[in-house]
Amino acid sequence: MEKASSMQNHEKAGYRIMPFVEEFIPTDAGDVPMIRTELTYGDILSNINVRLNIKRDDYKIASGLYAVGRPSKDSPVVVTANYKLSFDHLRKALYGRTAWILILDTLGVNVWCAAGKGTFGTNELKRQIGLTGIEKVVGHRKLILPQLAATGVSAVSLKKQTGFEVIWGPVRTEDLGLFLDNDMNADKKMRQVTFGLIDRLVVIPVEASLALKPAFYILAALFILSGISPDIFSFKIAIDRWPLSFAAVLMGIFAGTVLTPVLLPFVYGNAFAMKGLITGFAAGLPVALFWGSREGAQGMIALMLITVSISSYLAMNFTGTTPFTSPSGVEKEMRIGIPLQVSAVILAIILWIIAAF
Amino acid sequence: MKKLRYMTGVTTLKLDQDSCVGCGNCETVCPHAVFQIENKKAVITDPDGCMECGACQNNCPTLAITVEPGVGCAAYIISGWIYGRENASCGGPNGCC
Repeated sequence: MEKASSMQNHEKAGYRIMPFVEEFIPTDAGDVPMIRTELTYGDILSNINVRLNIKRDDYKIASGLYAVGRPSKDSPVVVTANYKLSFDHLRKALYGRTAWILILDTLGVNVWCAAGKGTFGTNELKRQIGLTGIEKVVGHRKLILPQLAATGVSAVSLKKQTGFEVIWGPVRTEDLGLFLDNDMNADKKMRQVTFGLIDRLVVIPVEASLALKPAFYILAALFILSGISPDIFSFKIAIDRWPLSFAAVLMGIFAGTVLTPVLLPFVYGNAFAMKGLITGFAAGLPVALFWGSREGAQGMIALMLITVSISSYLAMNFTGTTPFTSPSGVEKEMRIGIPLQVSAVILAIILWIIAAF
Repeated sequence: MKKLRYMTGVTTLKLDQDSCVGCGNCETVCPHAVFQIENKKAVITDPDGCMECGACQNNCPTLAITVEPGVGCAAYIISGWIYGRENASCGGPNGCC
């Protein structure tokens, strides 16, 4: 048996070998990196970071062929996206096993989103089959794909174009070991997407952070609006009133991006805009009643409208992160929700200005 | 945990049973168990559970299934309303993806 090429032979000017590569093993399609299946603290920290929207857009590895253990011509081929989080989940699930891993170039996007966008698709899969020369490496013609890739990959079409048969693996990488042990059989639970509390919590930081940039502009506008007074514009009055409007906005963001997702199954309403309206009302009431009373009735209503409209809009936007909402449903609720939210905002602006007079 | 449900009666999912050959691909790939195979034909047993992901349509060998998949988030749909369907975006590098 040939000695594995040493890592030093694979150093190349301008390139750095990824830390998860243990060594390179020779195959009929060239040297293939054999990867570690244990995540380091660095991996875990980076995985947490992307969930916090830190460096999330540049978290990818090179596409191509990788090996776990010392796979043979009979070893299974598992396919995933080049988003490093997807890759890390997969190699962790393959701990102690031997397999080939085929990585598609999805521009650093996860499996399901990429499948929806078309980048985890039949064409890219066909392209990587050709580029990697996987046909020379394995004797069988089977590829295990994540079930959620079905949105982008047509198994029928792939077979026609490449001769490779798709075996649909489980939805969650964590079930892959059990799937492989069960002779590539998945039970019903493995094939269904759920959205439990942990799943919801994990996506909140990114959603909340995406609301921050527009929030900045809203707060700037509110500063100006807060200063409109009998003296045309007064900085003193603006500084005095603005913190209250800031609190209303903050409560809206909190209700829309944290409360609604956490309490999702328990808040009344199918439409997310409705759920956001309710959580916004609950979150905005303490601020409007206790702190807002100094602004009078118009001011209190304005503050409530600010919180509720922001919360309703952000909750409605959470549909994009939710794995059971249909675009048709979202469009339907938007046709009612958006006009109501816009009307609420306009009314809030008018009342907030009036409250200063 | 309460089962999570969304809007009812809105899905664009359609199944032409005459074209269906009962291969079971749709049952396998659907992430919400919308299809069942009964008497060698696929049946939509839970239309309101459909999220229009398109996996079934993509993998039906006889094109018996049609659905209009899309990105289901408010920001994307709004950008489609403003810039037109072809130019709708998730916000690019600083947005969703």
